[in-house]
Amino acid sequence: MNPTSDIHALSGAFAVDALGDLERAQFEHHLAECAECRAEVASLRETAALLAQSEAEAPPESLRQGVLSGIGQIRPLPPEPPAQPAQPAPAVRTDVRRRRLPQLLAAAAAVVLLAVGAVLWHPWQHDRANVADQVLHAPDAVTITEKLPGGAGEITLVRSVALGKAVMIADDVPQPPAGKTYQMWLQQPGQPMVSAGLMPDPKEPAVLSGDASTASAAAVSVEPSGGSAHPSADVVAVFPLKPT
Amino acid sequence: MSHLRPVPDDPSPEEGGSLPARLAELLKRAARGDEKAFAEWYDATAARAFGLAVRVLRDRAQAEEVTQESYLDCWRHAARFDPAKGSAMSWLLTIVHRKAVDRVRASEASFRRDAAYGLRDAGVAHDETAESATASIEAHRVRAALADLTRKQREAVELAFLGGYTHTEVATMLDLPVGTAKTRIRDGLIRLRDALGVGEVGTA
Repeated sequence: MNPTSDIHALSGAFAVDALGDLERAQFEHHLAECAECRAEVASLRETAALLAQSEAEAPPESLRQGVLSGIGQIRPLPPEPPAQPAQPAPAVRTDVRRRRLPQLLAAAAAVVLLAVGAVLWHPWQHDRANVADQVLHAPDAVTITEKLPGGAGEITLVRSVALGKAVMIADDVPQPPAGKTYQMWLQQPGQPMVSAGLMPDPKEPAVLSGDASTASAAAVSVEPSGGSAHPSADVVAVFPLKPT
Repeated sequence: MSHLRPVPDDPSPEEGGSLPARLAELLKRAARGDEKAFAEWYDATAARAFGLAVRVLRDRAQAEEVTQESYLDCWRHAARFDPAKGSAMSWLLTIVHRKAVDRVRASEASFRRDAAYGLRDAGVAHDETAESATASIEAHRVRAALADLTRKQREAVELAFLGGYTHTEVATMLDLPVGTAKTRIRDGLIRLRDALGVGEVGTA
């Protein structure tokens, strides 16, 4: 990633959920390091909350009943451990501790999770793969963006040769049709395309399996649910990759 | 009827027996499993949460689902709410808004993209019908502050927040160069914040 100097300017759009997925991920990363932006986002969210009041509308009684009967079956989670550096730390951090991974590994994971998760408003939404975050924020990460046909959004491929991994992030890409899925592909030089895994939900960054550092191309196609062994004719994006 | 409190004279999110302080306290009790406190919190906040969901989604059935999911999340995570980092209302509405926006973008990504070109006024027009329920000093202040924005700033803020559009979509809808809308959204929100006297929060 290569955050531009005016990344601060995204604070307003971030505060009202007006960023695309890639920019959102970039800005969340930036927030971990920028107390000024954290404060600004918080204050702009307070402001937006005031705007919402002119839209207030009493919900039906059935909603109240649904909520109150629902909570009877949900156990409230315990508080975060104390001494957090910032707004709700990620739930996953607690989980890492509970699983008692070897100390070094846990420490390394906690550093990554803290950096990314410390600023997130919804800690429970942050179970996104760590690999994706590592690739997105790798110093050597290179991005290629391809528009999908028919104005159906775009997909950005982020590749870190050093990590040997690539991640796809879809922006404004519709959910696949019923019974279909997006499937990712990698091509090694002189070889046919090989499946790099499915992207069942285009809203979630997807890590490609396979060695992305040596690949000469990546692609996305629409396949029947469960995926295919070879890409169908319905390839929606192709990313040429520079060999290393 | 105990939940129908008068609107406080000073609606800024300060401490001290105000609505924000009471909401934070109720949430704290809910975190310990106090369902009655949560019910009271729901009663005090549901109209705003539901109204926002309806505004973004424009579909009452979906808005009900999103609102319910949001409240169940709030119950589950009540212990993680930190009043030092923002108000309970903002915490709730942030969750509702994110869920509503995620839903429109997932289900209507291509449809809304097309609609963006045809419905340039979508999201800009003021809907007065919903306002009677919360006519209050605060509402007047918000309207006055909104009126103080430039028309371009107001449109950008409303399309982004109430319309649920991305800043690039807002740029298209307002015939702005990409990159300009995000600045306008931020400038508009900052001006509103300052006009409404929203204090510094989340500085930790």
